[in-house]
This record gives sequence, C-alpha cells and structure tokens, in this order.
Amino acid sequence: MQPFFGLIDASMVPEPALLTAWTLVKILAITLPVMGAVAYLTYAERKVIGYIQARIGPNRVGPAGLLQPIADAIKLLTKEIIIPTGSNRTLFMLAPVISIMAALAAWAVVPFGPETILADIDAGLLYVLALTSMGVYGVIVAGWASNSKYAFLGAMRSAAQIVAYEIAMGFALIGVLMVAGSLSLLDIVNAQAGDWGLLSWNLVPLFPLFIVYFISGVAETNRAPFDVAEGESEIVAGFHVEYSGMTFAIFFLAEYANMILVSALAACLFLGGWLSPIPGIPGGWPWLFAKMGFLLFCFLWFRATFPRYRYDQIMRLGWKVFIPVTLVWILVVGAWKLSPFWLW
Amino acid sequence: MDFLSAIFYLFATILVLSGLRVITARNPVHAALFLVLAFFSAAAIWMLLEAEFLALTLVLVYVGAVMVLFLFVVMMLDINFDTLREGFWRHLPVGLLVAGAMVLEMVLVLSAETFSGAPAPEARGFDYSNTRELGAVLYTQYLYPFELAAVLLLVAIVAAIALTLRRREGVKRNDVAEQVKVRREDRVRVLQVPRETPVGNRPDAVEPGEAAP
Repeated sequence: MQPFFGLIDASMVPEPALLTAWTLVKILAITLPVMGAVAYLTYAERKVIGYIQARIGPNRVGPAGLLQPIADAIKLLTKEIIIPTGSNRTLFMLAPVISIMAALAAWAVVPFGPETILADIDAGLLYVLALTSMGVYGVIVAGWASNSKYAFLGAMRSAAQIVAYEIAMGFALIGVLMVAGSLSLLDIVNAQAGDWGLLSWNLVPLFPLFIVYFISGVAETNRAPFDVAEGESEIVAGFHVEYSGMTFAIFFLAEYANMILVSALAACLFLGGWLSPIPGIPGGWPWLFAKMGFLLFCFLWFRATFPRYRYDQIMRLGWKVFIPVTLVWILVVGAWKLSPFWLW
Repeated sequence: MDFLSAIFYLFATILVLSGLRVITARNPVHAALFLVLAFFSAAAIWMLLEAEFLALTLVLVYVGAVMVLFLFVVMMLDINFDTLREGFWRHLPVGLLVAGAMVLEMVLVLSAETFSGAPAPEARGFDYSNTRELGAVLYTQYLYPFELAAVLLLVAIVAAIALTLRRREGVKRNDVAEQVKVRREDRVRVLQVPRETPVGNRPDAVEPGEAAP
C-alpha cells in the first residue's frame, strides 16, 4: 500500500477516499482476470469436450481458434435484448445482475498467497457460504419474471436442488473448520502447511468430505450431470430460455465464474491452496492455479462423461447419500482429533 | 456525523422502506423479495455492530434457505388478490390492536436501563473474533440451554416428518440397492436370428439354416 501512496501526493486527497480508490483497484485486479478466465474457460470447454468426442473443436477464429471467445463476446454484445410481453420487466433485468453479483462477490475472501487476499475477514467461510446461497435467486427470479412455463419449471427444479446440496456442502465445510479451528480461509490454508507436503493437506483426513464438497459444487453451479435447471432435452433451456443478447451472456458468465470459484475454494479448503505438494519446493500462486486448473478440467470431464441425472435421483443423492456421509465423517473427525492417532 | 453512522442510516432507511413494501406490495412475490432485501439490510446493520457471525448466519439461513422455499411456495400458488383484500377493513381494528401492543412492548424494552442507560460497548480491534467468543460461550456457559434448543429442533424435525409421512397403497417405488445389483445378463439377451427365406422361388434361393452365420 505504501508505494502506491508514494506515487501521488497523499496530502492532497483525504485518506478514506484514497483507501476506497485503492480497494477498487484491487477489486478490478481480481474481477478482470476472472472475466478473462471465464472467456477462455468456454474455449477450453469446447476444445476438451471436442477432443473427448474425437472432434477438433473451434479452430477457425485466430490461431487454433484462440480468438473464438472474443468473437462470441462481440456477437453477444451486439445482439438485441428481447423482453417478453407479460414478463415482469424490472425483475427480468435484475435476475442476471443477482447471478453475477453472487458469483463475483465471494472472490473477496479467496486467498491467492500468504499475503495476497482482498479481505481477510474472520468469518470468511461463512461469508462464502452466505454469498453462494444468493446465486439461486438469480435463477428463481429469472424463471418467474420470464412468465414462461419452461423457465418457471427450470427455476423450481433449481430451487429444490440448490437447497438440498447446500446442506451437504455446509456439512462438508464443518469438517474443514474442525481441522483448521478457524473460519478464515487464510488460516485454513496455513493450517495445512506441514513437513509432508501433499500428505499434510486436508484432502487426506477429509477425503469423503472433499468428494461430497466437489460434487455438491458441481450441483450448485447447475453443471452437467446436474443441469436439470437447463435440461435442453426436456425444458429447452430452463430458466434462461427467454433471455437473449447480453442478459443471456451474463447468466453464462455467472455460471462459469461460479465454476472457477468452486474450484478455487476446493483448492484452498482441501488441496492446500498455494502450498506446494512436495516438501522442499516453495509454494506460491502457480500451485493454486494448477490445482484450480485440474479441478476445472474435472468439471469439463464430468460434462463429457456422465448422462444427466434423473430428477428424483438428484434428490436421493443429495438428501440420502451425501448428508448421512458428511454427518458420519464429522463424528469420525471429531473422535479422531481427540484421540492420540491424529497426525495433522 | 461520522462515516459509520452514515452507513448505519443508509441501511436503516433501506430496512424500514423494504419492510414497509413487504406489507404494501400488491404482488406477493415482490413482497417476498422485499423481505429478502430487509434481511440483507438487517445483516448489514449487525455487521456494523461487529456481530459478523449473526449477520452472516442471517443471510445464510433466512436468505439462502428459508426465503428460497418461501418464494417457491408463493410462486406456485394461484393467489386471487380480490379475495385477499376482502376482509381488510373488518380485520383492521384487530391488526391495529396487535401492532399497538407490539410498539408498546418495544418501547418498554428499549427504554429500560440495560438499553438506554448503559454506555455503548467499546469497539473492538480487527483481531477480535465474534464467532470464536460466541462459540466459547455457547459450549461452556450456555451448554445446557444450547443442547435443549438442539433437542427441541430435533423433535420438530421428527414431528414434521411424522406429519407428512403417509403410507399409500399401490405406489411403486424404486429399490435402489436392487437396481444397482443388476448386471447386463439380467436385462439383455443376445439372440442369433436365422436369415429369412428369400421372397419368391428364385433359382438362387437358399434353404433356411444353410445361411452363413
């Protein structure tokens, strides 16, 4: 912060204004790369799924199709935004805003390194949970405001699904904070530092919770195989069937930003964040990005591999499999931590 | 007026206005969304009081779960506004009586010594953890009330399930264990079907059974 103050004459500007400006700069430094990552995640998705299905994927715009996301963005920006008659105009336009707000605001507490974090708030994990639970409002409000049967069906499905998987997700996180003894994401990553590198991460004692957390994350972001809220084959495009142009693009951005967020959180909570997996090699943000990259690849891999779940099977998996598994493992971790066999 | 008070008055204004809109909005979905806004503003005010655990839990539980289910129901209902407004004037005296009693109670509580007499608690530093303090008190000093509340909630869960659980005749259910146990051989039978007799009496006709496999 000090070098920045040195650049301009600090005595001319009141300090609160300077602090606000500096925070805004930091917010932009997180948001803009996330937006860029979203653009190239769509490209990665089309390439990865292309190769999995023995196709080439986009390869016309720019070298190896690398300019494809930019072409798509320009196309979506120049398209007309159609507002259906009989829709609720205000809420119709508000819904994508809620979606993207929830997807971006949670980045405030994600640590990129031991010092690199926008806001090291004490209850960071709760903040993340509270904000990710807001995302469902974008879907519900969009489905209702569109005044369309398909959109409404998508919204209803999404509401039930997200409430179910949020509980499993919350229970999985309880295991993490039992091990770390803190709600701050910075402390949680630091608690995973140890002499054994990879073996000191939360992944080892909390393996079932990691699996539950990641699958719940896939369900929370409405990604395949849990994408019944979109369900092209039965309800066309679900909650965003009436959206076009930029309003549609914002839903799209929010979905991919949420995928990156879930990957970043899973990397910080279970895979040691910026810590290096091999003892002796220094940690740093490249490790975090490598872990996020692997988890994002898993998202794409799931989409190319699994058929869509039937709706009752989604509910069964959430309520009858994940929640009991997490409850049992919380008990196991509690007893394990009090016993002399706890090694972490 | 310092910066914090300005923020407080901003959120308090939003809270009161959205609270008013909850009861005056014509559309029940709008009313429910204004209630969400009211919860959010209340959480922001709690955050100003350094009660971040309560603030975030309010958002997580009420905004993230309770109001989602509430909206779910409100959106599904076919509400007739005329019948909803019918009894307004008839119920107004009762409503005013209840509202008056509530205002009186709040005045009595808030004007008591503990609220108006005591000085405001000192603001803590950045390293003060409201969550940690709350947890420490909850699991030591208030352990029994806490456990009692937990048992009460458990009873409520069991009661809710017992009320909605009905055995219905003639309902077909999936047995998932049975489904998982199924192997390919149980479902698929591969048959060798011999070739059909060619149509007509062509000279190159082949007798059935002679055909190559």
